[in-house]
Amino acid sequence: MAKKSIKDRMSNEVNAGSMADIAFLLLIFFLVTTTIVEDKGVLVKLPPWSDEPPDIQQLKTRNVYSVLVNAQNQLLVRGEPADLETLRENAKEFIMNPSKRADMAEKPTKAIVSMKNDRGTKYETYLEVYNEIKGAYNELRNEAANKKFGRDYEFCSREQRKEIRNEIPLVISEAEPTNFGEE
Amino acid sequence: MGKFSQKRGKESPAISTASLPDIIFMLLFFFMVVTVMRDSERKVDVTTPNATELTKLEKKSLVNYIYIGRPVEKFQAIAGTKPRIQLGDKFADIKDIPLFLEKHRVKVPESQRGLIKTSLRIDKDVTMGIVTDVKTSLRKAGQLAVNYSAKPRV
Repeated sequence: MAKKSIKDRMSNEVNAGSMADIAFLLLIFFLVTTTIVEDKGVLVKLPPWSDEPPDIQQLKTRNVYSVLVNAQNQLLVRGEPADLETLRENAKEFIMNPSKRADMAEKPTKAIVSMKNDRGTKYETYLEVYNEIKGAYNELRNEAANKKFGRDYEFCSREQRKEIRNEIPLVISEAEPTNFGEE
Repeated sequence: MGKFSQKRGKESPAISTASLPDIIFMLLFFFMVVTVMRDSERKVDVTTPNATELTKLEKKSLVNYIYIGRPVEKFQAIAGTKPRIQLGDKFADIKDIPLFLEKHRVKVPESQRGLIKTSLRIDKDVTMGIVTDVKTSLRKAGQLAVNYSAKPRV
């Protein structure tokens, strides 16, 4: 009797019809838990820390593009109130100085962007300013790459990119913030 | 022309569903591979700001995350309502950052340690005070490659 029943079972195949259902169940579980996070952001290289006070470098004022952001999130660019919309064009003009004005950068390699903010400045505003400055540099590099090599900066070879980077270096100096408006 | 009329008469065979499990399994494996289980509970509210000049972060294992924002409602009783830092799955202070970085660093193969990046996921309404403190701490710890996490502007 027992022998027979084992034989019966052996001859039976496992029903695989529900395999798809089980797989579906697992699939739906992973679909729900999946977060295909794309982490994107503004990449920044911080200056190394040194305990000694930095040497005071005397820079010509014509080469410094100072951007101040106060605790009310207002911008002061080279001593004049400004707004975010015009910052990028303004910075581009300053760096390249196409009309060779005496109050703008001598040449792109000498231009320095100096940023300063209050401790009460909103992070959003800070990042927007940083983004605009970076955007200005990226656009300038793109233009230079197109003119020289006939393609966008990101499609250039490593050497070509280096050449353009040397021509238009990105120098952003950030001063210690002043203690205003911290909550 | 004759050919077509001949075919019409025939009954089309039922589509075999035998390969359905295989297809589903294929999809399943895809999602299993791309899934990253959320390893830590979010204790602070973070809405990243928008920006245009974005860089994509490759290589997840080389990235560590620092969250800054106001504690979510559940934790306001113990953590207050002022912006706080979250490292891993707990609230932390500025002084905990070097240890956190070091703990991540030892997990990374030695040859790739120079490529470690820190992703700062900061709420857009946070003020710069705490952000500057974190930045100073990162600089002191020698972690200079930093990514301000942001969403693409539409």
